[in-house]
Amino acid sequence: MSAPVLSVRNISRSFGGIRAVRDVSFDVQKGEILGLIGPNGSGKSTLFNCILGQLPPDAGRVEVNGKTVTGMRASSLNRLGVGRTFQQLSVFPQMTVLDNIILAGQEHHGTMASRLFGPSDAGLTEAADQMIAFFRLTHLRDTIAGSLSFGQQKLVDAAMAFMAGPSLVLLDEPAGGVNLTMLGSLKERLTAYNAEHGTTFVVIEHNMEFVMSLCTRIIVLAEGAIIAEGTPEDIRSNQTVIDAYLGGG
Amino acid sequence: MRRWIRPALIGLAIILAILAPVGQGNYITYVLTSWLIFSIAAMGLNLTLGYAGQISLAQASFMAIGGYTTALLTLAGWHWMLALPVALSFCFVVGLMLGYPALRVKGHFLAFVTLAFNTLVFLILRNEEWLTGGNYGLVGMPRPDFGLFSTMKQHHFYYFTLTITIVAAVIMWWIVRSPWGRAFKALRENPIRAESLGVDTRRLTLLAFAIGSTYGGLAGALVTPLVQFIEPASFGVAHSLRILLMVVVGGAGFFFGPFLGAGVVIILPEFLRFTEGYYLIIYAALVIVMLVFTPKGLIGLGALLRDRFWGKRVARGDLKQGAQLK
Repeated sequence: MSAPVLSVRNISRSFGGIRAVRDVSFDVQKGEILGLIGPNGSGKSTLFNCILGQLPPDAGRVEVNGKTVTGMRASSLNRLGVGRTFQQLSVFPQMTVLDNIILAGQEHHGTMASRLFGPSDAGLTEAADQMIAFFRLTHLRDTIAGSLSFGQQKLVDAAMAFMAGPSLVLLDEPAGGVNLTMLGSLKERLTAYNAEHGTTFVVIEHNMEFVMSLCTRIIVLAEGAIIAEGTPEDIRSNQTVIDAYLGGG
Repeated sequence: MRRWIRPALIGLAIILAILAPVGQGNYITYVLTSWLIFSIAAMGLNLTLGYAGQISLAQASFMAIGGYTTALLTLAGWHWMLALPVALSFCFVVGLMLGYPALRVKGHFLAFVTLAFNTLVFLILRNEEWLTGGNYGLVGMPRPDFGLFSTMKQHHFYYFTLTITIVAAVIMWWIVRSPWGRAFKALRENPIRAESLGVDTRRLTLLAFAIGSTYGGLAGALVTPLVQFIEPASFGVAHSLRILLMVVVGGAGFFFGPFLGAGVVIILPEFLRFTEGYYLIIYAALVIVMLVFTPKGLIGLGALLRDRFWGKRVARGDLKQGAQLK
């Protein structure tokens, strides 16, 4: 088996006396869609932030394609091929959809100087149009992103995460606040992208139906530690997971 | 049709700017030249604040740095054109250094950091008499002479300033329409998201300060030969606030906002002089009314009128199709 795209090794992080993440380790292979679930306060977001360099872990390390990236700045991480979406709306509200998508790719083309003296679209209009079409947003291409519906902005956010052709994308609650019709379409688009490009996904999600149908493997966190790991079918019938969610056991 | 409206308006504005001093006396020409110079300073602040979203209350201090550097060098016998790159480079470097606090503090705190910097520059200019002449300032700086074209006459200096303003505006236009401009806007609108998309927000913040400050320095370098006298009081915090007012009144983050804003702050008071003692009151009231009704500045007034008379543009072009992918 080739080296994992993402390798998380013994990550721990505390806030005062609270151990939010406790010695968490896992690998994610190329093309895998890994779901990271757990009840509120289980440490999912803290772990996510530790992986993405937004929170320095107290211990442990993170590797992307064999390179240690622990504590690396988000922009450097992105240039290494790590894309992400946000739980909250995270488009650039005063720019058009097209400009949002071009921005997501422009920093991966040329140098600072070439971006100043080169074309204003950094030569990315065609690629951006393709990405917009992939997410079926063509009719909104020249619309100001801030005026779109919540679900549409989620799609723009996702399209931005994929624009630079990342090898790994971390999706933070992609289904949050999205209506049912759009949810199905979002899942279909993510699955299609994964199949076409072999991109690896790590998904944090509360919507069980969404995560069970999207992911190939699921890790369950509770009180900062991994309590279960397996296929969606395994997780669905795992008594420890059921207890953790219901507060029993 | 809309494609040619903007170039036509720009062409018209340039023609009006060329014709503006024709038949006017020295004073009006001086006021018009001041308008151009402050437009340059406001253009710089517009990049830092309007496009990149970094508050700065120190633009007058960069005018001072540019002005005093040019003054000292031209008094030492340098030609203005040789002194200019030195002044601009100095402002770029100092602006870059002022950008560092912006990496740590934001909003009101950053405003106070820059305000303190402006005060620091003012105090240095006032206290270091051996270099700056202290409160008495520096006098007798020559205006640039290009052999066949001398800027000694007020009209000539106006056209010289107009040329530089157009060049500065073209460079600024190039910057804001380039991918840099898009990244500056991203920094303003959502710096965390921008960083996650590979935008080096630290470098961009520093550049926003450095380029904006360089424009301030250019304005200062033009004030020196215009007035041929500079003193610290011309570059105090109140003047930085005036430049901020120009950006806000004109429309922060809009390319032509600084020209309109500088027009309101520099030229409008001249039109109100007939009201004698009341002109400052009327001027202040006009600015307040303007900002209340068009918070996006005078540029925003255009959109407001367009929406009123031609109907509001529909931002959601998807309503018929529904908010779904299929």
